[in-house]
Amino acid sequence: MSVKADFAGRTLPPAGPFPVDAALIAEFAAAVGSSDPVHTDAAAARAAGYSDVIAPPTMAVRFEQQSNAAYVADPDAGIDFSRVVHGEQSFTHHRPIVAGDEITGTTTVTSIREAGGHAMITVTTELTDVDAAPVCTAVSTIVVRGGE
Amino acid sequence: MARSRAEVSVGDTIGPVTVPVDRDTLVAYAHASGDQNPIHQDEEFATKVGLPDVIAHGMWTMGAAGSVVAGWAGDAGRVEDFRTRFTAMVVVPRGGAEVEVSGVVTSLDEDGRARVEVTVTADGAKVLGRCIATVRLD
Repeated sequence: MSVKADFAGRTLPPAGPFPVDAALIAEFAAAVGSSDPVHTDAAAARAAGYSDVIAPPTMAVRFEQQSNAAYVADPDAGIDFSRVVHGEQSFTHHRPIVAGDEITGTTTVTSIREAGGHAMITVTTELTDVDAAPVCTAVSTIVVRGGE
Repeated sequence: MARSRAEVSVGDTIGPVTVPVDRDTLVAYAHASGDQNPIHQDEEFATKVGLPDVIAHGMWTMGAAGSVVAGWAGDAGRVEDFRTRFTAMVVVPRGGAEVEVSGVVTSLDEDGRARVEVTVTADGAKVLGRCIATVRLD
């Protein structure tokens, strides 16, 4: 099985909406060792200028991965998930993700290239809110290791 | 409270902060992030696919680094841009492990944004590469 290069440039149908709730934000914050009260205390979050508790900066990955799953898991894409490692990740936040948000993600397969027998796939996901306003641009590069 | 730009100079350092990680941390992270890959939870599965032991999600490590930067920023919502490469794995044996996170302010722009270069090590070896956070100061 090999990665199909002709998926490059494709944009998936929007995924979601994914609801964001305060309990999930608190769980994520605890798991990554954050004690910032803006994740757990609505009053502290409001004092900082937010409408409710906000997600840690890397929590966008949850919605990003839910949005790109239709590509990564597509048998026609030829991605053997048991050979995938995460190469690079970036998040550009246009605003923090807030409890009560409903996030929609639209993923584009930015590039697929070969390097040293491995396939490097870069996907860009635009996360937006109910008003279709931008929330976060998440870019992920995965490496599908060659071999055998 | 978000950190003010008057408090920050190029060359300022953050940490080092030691962040513990054990198997329970990874199960909690898997649930909260939605990444249930068994290599991060199941020792038997991990070793069967050729790994030395259970390994942390790369995104857990990036998340832990983000928590340290957010703690310094004084408001997690001020971390506007955050990026990294994953260069080595964090092995999490049954007794747990830890990563050490540190940072340095490498530039400040006119709009009050600080660029922070973040270093994360496990067992003394770097596990993230080119890990950069951009923090909007007050």
